[in-house]
Order: sequence, then C-alpha cells, then structure tokens
Amino acid sequence: MDEDDLLEPDRSTAQDRRAELSLGALVFAVLALLLAMFAFVLHEGWPSFAHNGLGWFGGGGSVDQQIQAIFTSGDLKTTPVYTFHAWPLIWGTILITAGAVVIAFVSSLFVAVFLVEFSPEWLRRMLDPVVRLLASVPSIVYGLAGVLVIVPLIGNHLITETEKASVTPAIQLSGASVLAAVLILTVMIAPIMIAVFADGLRAVPRGWLEGSLALGINPWRTFWKVGVRTARPALIAGTVLATARALGEAIMLSLVSGGVPFAPNPADGFPIFLFEPTQTLAATIIRNGDQLDSPPMKHTLYAIAAVLLFSAAMLSLIGWAAKQPMRRYGVVA
Amino acid sequence: MELRKPPPVRRLTGYEVPSSPPSNGNGLHAAAGFRLPARLGAPSMVAIDRMQVEELSVSYGHKPAVQSVSLPIRQGEVLALIGPSGCGKTTLLRSLNRLTELTRGASLRGRITLDDVDVAHMDATALRRRVTMVFQQPNPFPMSVFDNVAYVLREQASRRPRRAAVQGAVHEALARAGLLDEMAGSLDHPALRLSGGQQQRLCIARALAANPQVLLLDEPCSALDPVSTRLIEELIAKLREDVAVVIVTHNLQQAYRVADYVAFMYLGELVEYGSAHKMFGSPREQRTKEYIGGAFG
Amino acid sequence: MSTAITASARRHERPTASWRLTDRLGLGLAWLLGLLFCAIAGAIVVFFLIEGVRYLRPALLVTNPVAGVSQGETGGFLDPLLGTVIIGAMAMAIAIPVGVAIAVWLSEFGRPTLMARVAESAIEMMAGEPAVVLALFGLTLFELPALGFLSQTSHGVVLGQSFFAAAALLSLVGLPLVVASTREGLQAIPAHVREASYALGKTKIATTRRVLLPAARPSVITGSMLGLGRVIGDTAIVLLLLGGTLTFQPANSTPVLGVLRGTGDTLTGYMYYNSPAGDGNSHSKAYAAAFVLMLIVLALNLGVDVVVRRSRRAVRWS
Repeated sequence: MDEDDLLEPDRSTAQDRRAELSLGALVFAVLALLLAMFAFVLHEGWPSFAHNGLGWFGGGGSVDQQIQAIFTSGDLKTTPVYTFHAWPLIWGTILITAGAVVIAFVSSLFVAVFLVEFSPEWLRRMLDPVVRLLASVPSIVYGLAGVLVIVPLIGNHLITETEKASVTPAIQLSGASVLAAVLILTVMIAPIMIAVFADGLRAVPRGWLEGSLALGINPWRTFWKVGVRTARPALIAGTVLATARALGEAIMLSLVSGGVPFAPNPADGFPIFLFEPTQTLAATIIRNGDQLDSPPMKHTLYAIAAVLLFSAAMLSLIGWAAKQPMRRYGVVA
Repeated sequence: MELRKPPPVRRLTGYEVPSSPPSNGNGLHAAAGFRLPARLGAPSMVAIDRMQVEELSVSYGHKPAVQSVSLPIRQGEVLALIGPSGCGKTTLLRSLNRLTELTRGASLRGRITLDDVDVAHMDATALRRRVTMVFQQPNPFPMSVFDNVAYVLREQASRRPRRAAVQGAVHEALARAGLLDEMAGSLDHPALRLSGGQQQRLCIARALAANPQVLLLDEPCSALDPVSTRLIEELIAKLREDVAVVIVTHNLQQAYRVADYVAFMYLGELVEYGSAHKMFGSPREQRTKEYIGGAFG
Repeated sequence: MSTAITASARRHERPTASWRLTDRLGLGLAWLLGLLFCAIAGAIVVFFLIEGVRYLRPALLVTNPVAGVSQGETGGFLDPLLGTVIIGAMAMAIAIPVGVAIAVWLSEFGRPTLMARVAESAIEMMAGEPAVVLALFGLTLFELPALGFLSQTSHGVVLGQSFFAAAALLSLVGLPLVVASTREGLQAIPAHVREASYALGKTKIATTRRVLLPAARPSVITGSMLGLGRVIGDTAIVLLLLGGTLTFQPANSTPVLGVLRGTGDTLTGYMYYNSPAGDGNSHSKAYAAAFVLMLIVLALNLGVDVVVRRSRRAVRWS
C-alpha cells in the first residue's frame, strides 16, 4: 500500500481491472445460467427416472398410452403415474439421427473434396453461396417440403399395397416414415457439414499438398491422404455440429416421421421397416409441450430433455476427445 | 519397374578437371582474384544425360517468367541455378516436374525431355515420381517420421504395403539423407517436432525414398542455420552419383561448394551456363561477372 | 487465390489410367456426389422459387391471419412477419452485446485459465444444445411469479409465454455464433496492433474499445447475421414460448410493452400452423411464408458476403 501511494494513482490499471471484473462477471453469469439449466433439467426429470429406473430406457407398452396416463394422472389429483418406457422414442431417434449423419457424412466429405479441389472453377463459384444458403435455411422449410412432397411420394409410390397390408394391424404406413425423416434430415444437415468440411479443406497448407504432388503421388491420393487427413479436426467439428442439430431437431422430424411413438422393427423386413413411422425424443417434447401443468407430465418431459442435453454434452465431449490425439502430430495447432 | 531405353552415357568432355583443384579450401583463384571457398566432393567421372530443356519459355498470364532457356541435366553432376530474386530460376525448376501447372494462368512453351521422352506427354504423376522436389520451406506432413517416408512408398505402390514391407526402404532412405542414426529411436515421433534442419533432411529422405532419377531442390537451406546447411550440402555432394541434382540457390558460396555446373539466370533469361569452375573463375558475360563479383569480391 | 492446386493439372493429361482402382473410384464418386449435390441443391432452390412465385401475393404481406373456412378467407401473414422481425431484433439485442463481451473476455482477458476453458467449451456446447430443451426450460422459468411482469397472466397465473420470454431464450440460440465469429475476428488481429496501442499508454479496455472492436467489426456483423438467421429460423421456442397465436395478442393495452408481453407468432410458427400437422393446413400459405423466410435468409447471407468482401479489401495488417 505504501508503495502504491508513492506512485501516481494509477487510474488506467484500475479501469482495466474494473473492465476485467465486469466482463468476467458476465461470463460467469452466463456459465451459471447454463449450469443452473443443467441442474434444473436434471432435477425436474429426476422423479421420472427414479420411478422407472433403467426401465425408462427400455421398451414395453405403448408410449402413447403411457403419456396419456401420465398426463391425466396429474390432472385428476390422484396418485401421479410415472410409468414410462422410452425405448421406441430412443430407437427412433438413434435410427433417424445415425442414418442421416452417416449418409450425410460420407456424401458431404466427397462433395466437399469435389468442391474444394476437383470441381471446375465456375461451378465452385456458383455452389459456394448455395451451400451456405442451404446450411442456413430454417429446418421447418425442409420439413414443409418433406411433408408435402417426399412423404406423399413415399406413401403413394414406394410402398406397395402388400407391404401396407403386411403390418396393418400394428401400424399404418402413410409415407411419413423413418425413410422420409432420414432423407430430409440428410438434406438438412449435409450443407452444414459441407460448409464446415470445405472450410477445413481450404485451410490445408498448400505446401503439404504441393509437397505430396511433387513426390509423384496422384492428385486424388494427395488430397485424400494429406488434405482430408489434415482437415480431420474440421471433419469432427462439422460432424458434431450437424449431429447436434439432428438430435435436437423437433418440429421438422415430427412432421415427416409420422409422430407415432412406434419402434420400427427390423424384423419386419428390410424395406418395410424403413417405411414405418416413428417419433424422436425431441419431437415428443414439442408435441406435449402444452401439458406442463400436469406435474408427472412435466417431470417426464424434463427427463426426456435431460437425456437430450446429456447426449449433446457427450457429443461435444467426444468431439473434443477425438481431436486430442491429433495434437501430437501437429494437425491441430 | 518398366523397362526404359538406356540413357546415353557420355564421357565428361566439357568438364575440365582443375589442375590444382581449389578443394584444399583456401585456393585463391588467379583469374578472377576471388577467394573461393572449399568445394565438397568431386564430380562423378561418368555423367548420364537425364533431362534436356529446349527453348523453354514460361509465362504467368502475360508476364513472362522464363524465356527460351536450354540446358542439359545430367546424373553424376549437380546443377545450380543462380540469379537474383525473381529471375525465373524457381519457375524453371518447377516446370521440370510440371508443378508450374498448378499455378493458374501459367503457360509453357518449348520442350523438356526426360530420357528422351517429352515430359508433356507423360502422366504428370509418373513424371513426378521420377523427378521429385524438395521445397524452400521444410514441409514434412503432420505424421510420424517413419510415416513421412513410408507415405511415398505406400501411396506410390499399386497396393498398400504393410509396415514391415516398407521398413527396409524407409531406413535406407533415411540413411541416405543421413538421418537414420539421429532418428533411430524416434521414428514414431511427430515429424513437425524435429528441428528445421532435420525436417528438411527428412524431406530429402522422402524425396529419395522412391529412387527418383532427378532431385530438384528449391533453396533447400534458406530457412536453416549454418550447421544444418553444411549437413545438407554434404548430403547433396554425396547424392550426385545416383541421381541428377538440380539446386536453386541464392547463396553463391553454396553454389560454388556443391555444384559442378552453374546456370546464371537474369530476368528470365539464361545468361550463362558452364562448369562451376569456369563460371566462378572466368565468366564470359559481364552480367555474370558483376553478379558473382558482388558475392565474392 | 484459390487453393485448388490439383485441379488444373488434370486438364493436360488423360490422368487416371495409371491410378489405383480405389483412387479412380474415389474420384468418380466425388464427381458423382458433387453433381448429385448440384442437382439436389438446384431442385430445392427452384422448387421454392416456383412455389413461392406461384403462391405469394402482395396482399398476403399486408393482411393478418383470420380464422376462415376457405383459402380466400384466411388472410395473410402480416403479424407473423412482424413477429419474426421483432423477435429477431429483440433476441439479437441481447445476444450481440453479451456475445461480444464474452468474446472480448475470452480473447483479451481469459483469466483464470480454468474458467476460460470451461467458458470456451460451454459456449461450444451451447451451439449444440437442442432448442426444445431451451424452450422447455424457458417455459418453466418464465412461469415463475417473479418474472410474471414479462408475460401474460390470467387470473393470477403466469403463463410464461411472451415476446420477452421467447426472445430471451432465442438469444441463447444466437449467442454462440456471435461469440465464435467475434472471437475469431479478435484473434486475427496481430499482437503488434495491441502492443502499439499499449505503447501509447492506452489501457487494455480502451484499446479493445477503440482499436480492436472496430477492427473486428466485420466479424461481429458476420456472427450477428448468422445468429439472426438461426434465431428467425427456430420453430420450437416460438411454438412453446411465443404461444403460436397467429396474431399479436397483447397482454394489455399499453402500446408497445403490451404487445411484447403478449403472445404472437413468427413466419416459422405460421408455416407450422399451415403445414398438414397444424390447424390451418393450407400449403399455399405455407409455401408463400417459406419463400419470404428464405428471401430473408438469402438477404442475410448476401449481407455476410458483402461484409466479408469489404473487410478483406479494407483491412491489411502488414
């Protein structure tokens, strides 16, 4: 303190300290909000998990009936019902998300490679803005095109009457299906992946590519082995981002996947089970979002939200972990 | 390996072996009056014609970079391309394995042959296997040391070989680049963690791995410290027996130390071409004299 | 300069003859998928263009939705369009300052390191958070009696649905994009620019305000536009937190605040209402709204392009 008094009062550092503190406080507040949200979602969802145990993630019974029972039990002020077996929803989410992400990843990778390296210049100039436009088109727009064009197309032309008859007592095949959902979701997330992948591929140092070409490695090998390899962090980032979008997509998927909490059964035969409708976790929340005044319903929806939130967190953790080994070889700065 | 027409073997007629070679290190050259540094190694007694550049002109858009240059490239000799910045020496080097094609707007006239075959008619990838290049900035790939060299062998092969199958060749290439002993215990270390000089020698090892006939070096030492430079120069001197070496350098002392033949370029033109001994001793052209004099005078 | 360094080499040769079969297949697949993508992208753009031109009438933009039996009676989407504008403006009014502040803290201060790392990954995770979860959380949050002044109440029960509530949660959707872009912009400014300013005796915060932020403005604008695109494209939060009532339903008669405390709709909500799943189920109206929404997104994208191009021309750190 004495030393400070000897110097001139340093207003500038005080200003800086104030700024740092207030900015830090803001960041802290946002972090606290996020943490509070996490805790709150988990807390609210806990009764549902507690009542069902691991059975929550398992199958059994009709999800629709369970939801109905849960909802009405809250309304009638009777003993709340919590019985909930979410497997059809989980299976639908996995099937649709995984299908779309796998298809979109493979095709986006090739499209991005084509776009960055092998397409004619004029085509590249034309496609770059189109990719970014498609990446930012709201999902409901894709959902609309899906439900008005793709779903009837599948329902009227792809599914035969015999196929419809083969599953008739259990479920109705209208065209709103896993297949439609995967197709539309793929179209929705592929531009996101392509945009991120292409950015990563463009950032690959020229020296590495030239170096490889100058050693007599053909252009495709060069780009595949050096370019794509170097851009792996971007591939991971793009995939994580697109998967998160797919996982959290609610409205669009509830439009095109049928909105029937049914677990498509691979045992029904190969093409047929793709024609079966389903419902994802996120879509379930949006469909029943107006029933929060029934406490058991609220807890059940929050339990679903907790699963989604946890999956999103895991996803970004996996993305982070996947980039770690690359640091060693200097792929990630 | 496909059979190729055996290249013409030529006795060294144009090359006068200096009567008192200045390789003793402190020879003062009488004619020019320059103090010349020590030379590394002696030229091979047998030179094989590998490449022939005939009336080559390269331009970027409307900007000419190289204007009707002709010169031979022989195995057994080191050819140094010297000249001020922007004189077209790197462009000439890059056109030897058709890397100029990667620059948009580059156009090329004239003829370059490799073992009497016009390189324009060859598959660029096949050409670049036989004429490999090392760049000014060391550019090892973000892989391990081993994989950097193995990369060439694996990706050139028609079918991806196992690690054990390429191991011998990788070690040999590293040994030729003088890296094997240094790297013995750390072949799996990331190549980007090596020092600049080691990185550049790794790049040379990589370029040698597939046994090319011509090795192009684009100012390989300009980013390196003197010790690494020395190591690489010694390496080049040793390599000339097995491979035709073309080196671009702005360091005249280096050109003198390693080259057997020197081509001086100025504003895209080949001003003078001759044996190192002659170019540094008694250049014909005034411009050469001035440029070289600036370095040694 | 383009980075395509292998493309031009292709022209001179019949190249692939000597390649491995897998390489030839790979290149062929890249061309095939590339052209397929062109076809799909073209089809999507052309489809919405045709449907939009076919169904969009100027009258739709200036009339409000009304309940009606036939297509001609259900009106247009003036209120949802205004709703999109309002919600976008409100959400970004929160997201931009907060996002820039977070980016400045992350890039210029970032102490303690642990908190910086946590904040970094938290923001990254936020970008992947499902909007439905945010919506659900927001609904419970704004139902709290303490926050009742922000939304509608009926008979003392807080409904938790209002423009304020939706905008607050949507700002969290836009925030990560603003942070990421701004931070990138700040980090692209070389250290010597900061050092030059410090050397003149400027404080860190003054440097940030007078030198760094103006220099990073293109990045801030880019991030904001991308964030805005996400915000106005969201449907889940709109349906749950804005109420999805086709027209503005002000909470009371106070001119502006009444509307903002009340419920309403946006173009996305209107599209959902007019999709087969909604009550309106009029695909011509839905396509018209989709077309308008896509035009807005297109305008935002072009805006980003212009900003990026200008900044590239203007800023040269030498």
